Amino acid sequence: MNVKERLVILGLGAAAFIAVAALFIVVGYVVINGIGVISWEFLLESPYRFEYGGIFPQIIGSLCLVAVCLLFAVPLGLASAIYLAEYAPDNIITKSVRFFVECLAGIPSIVIGLFGLTFLVYYLDFGICMLSGGLALGFMILPWTVRASEEAIKTVPNGHREASLALGVSKWRTIRSVVLKSAYPGIITGILLGLGKAIGETAVVLLTAGSGLEPFLPKSIFDPVGSLPVYIYMMGTQGHTSAAYSRTFGASLVLIAMFLIISIFALYLRNRYTRRMSKR
Amino acid sequence: MNFLERVRSFRLKKLDPETSEKIVEKLLFILALSSILIVLFIIAFMFKEGLPALALGREFFLGMTWYPPNNQFGIVPIVICSFIVGIGALLIAAIIGIPAAIFLAEYSPDWLRNFIKPCVELLVGIPSIVLGFFGLVVLVGYIKNTFGGYGECILAGWLILAVMTLPHVISISEDSIRAVPKTYKEASLALGATQLQTITKVLVPNARSGILTAMVLGMGNAIGETMAVLMVIGNPEIPFIPSSVLDPARVLTSTIVIEIPYAVWGSMHEHALFALGVILFIVVAIFNLITTAVIRKGAKHR
Repeated sequence: MNVKERLVILGLGAAAFIAVAALFIVVGYVVINGIGVISWEFLLESPYRFEYGGIFPQIIGSLCLVAVCLLFAVPLGLASAIYLAEYAPDNIITKSVRFFVECLAGIPSIVIGLFGLTFLVYYLDFGICMLSGGLALGFMILPWTVRASEEAIKTVPNGHREASLALGVSKWRTIRSVVLKSAYPGIITGILLGLGKAIGETAVVLLTAGSGLEPFLPKSIFDPVGSLPVYIYMMGTQGHTSAAYSRTFGASLVLIAMFLIISIFALYLRNRYTRRMSKR
Repeated sequence: MNFLERVRSFRLKKLDPETSEKIVEKLLFILALSSILIVLFIIAFMFKEGLPALALGREFFLGMTWYPPNNQFGIVPIVICSFIVGIGALLIAAIIGIPAAIFLAEYSPDWLRNFIKPCVELLVGIPSIVLGFFGLVVLVGYIKNTFGGYGECILAGWLILAVMTLPHVISISEDSIRAVPKTYKEASLALGATQLQTITKVLVPNARSGILTAMVLGMGNAIGETMAVLMVIGNPEIPFIPSSVLDPARVLTSTIVIEIPYAVWGSMHEHALFALGVILFIVVAIFNLITTAVIRKGAKHR
């Protein structure tokens, strides 16, 4: 290997290094600046007078929104995936279902937010509330749950299905007790990755769920609800004091921590799952 | 016979397995149609709200001034800014991402790859609002001190968006380089070509369609991205066509988010913002259709 070749490898490696460095710089900067704010008071109190207090309602609000989103997207996505993977005949309807799932995945989140605003908030008259925000988030991650579940279902070896069917078990029963049983780690991984996407989403929630600084906990699904991303947006763009900035970093740190816990768990589950599959 | 058993036997008698199987299939089919329904609803409602502004015609599509207080809704500067920001970010992402993908696919030892890949995957998921705030505090300040100007500018938007598109470019490019048949590479090496020549003359040209897909997809993502761009790009009160990379700019997505709270529901301003959403939707849809077409063509090729 000559010098030129070595230099090229070095250059290529440096490019790959930039991507890794970007992750560590951003996460590191947020951790260093945010860790000082984190305390029980910050995590368990409500915000007051704009830039004081804690972020408890925002944390709970984010979790509530994600819960509504999952309650909508998971059953629907799973049912679609089961249909596409197990039942769908190869015809124009199936093809268009697939096409529209891809379409939905490609729609920018701000457009989904606008749609949520006109359809859920004004047309269905839910108002700006947890239900609107959760459903709009659900529209956003539905295609991800469909795709991930379908992939997971397709990796189940056909022999399993055939063995079950040969024993006289009905098709639906086979799907429930054989296919879904071996596909569920994959499905859960997909759902967790969608969850990570939903919890950090700002534009959708900003237009449909609330102003982000709500100092109260939602009492019903028709109450406006604060959330961490919108809190970060409001504090970061409209607060110009050091108190506001440090709270923004604190909230960013909490959000990143939530996201990292979810993703690392998902990646761990996937690795274990693929290892188990390859052992067979 | 106790009560529970009676209920069970009753249900078994009522629904024979065949009908219940059919009902399940029909039910799953109806649920599978939900995606179609949602997309159609999105298109219908976006057009319904945007139509009054779209109907302005030339004034809207070719107008050079966007100034809602005067009822001026010309989208040209906003659309141009969107493309400038998207294309610039993508070029930066390509300059870093394609070499990184070649490194991962060809040179990287396994242990390094097992470290870099998960990092790249996590980078996708860093919430865009956090990235935007990081950009606002660190990047904008840095640009202001080094190059002058306001700091909130197109350059900042490029860099932040490049970080967001980078993972997509790396993953898809790497996959398509790996998809090039091994025999091609071996044939080239056997003919006495160096590894470098093999990469530039054999691997990359054969992975071209995949890399192109990554670029188009990244472009769609970059133009549709909202929060991160919004926070670092400045958003001048009246959008203009920028003359330098240090000028602030206003893109489609940031205009919508910033102005929607002030737009009176039912006013032309609100309709114009939805019309911007329609434009955004169409632009991104075109990029996505190109992507699927390229992927399909590539699949046929093989």
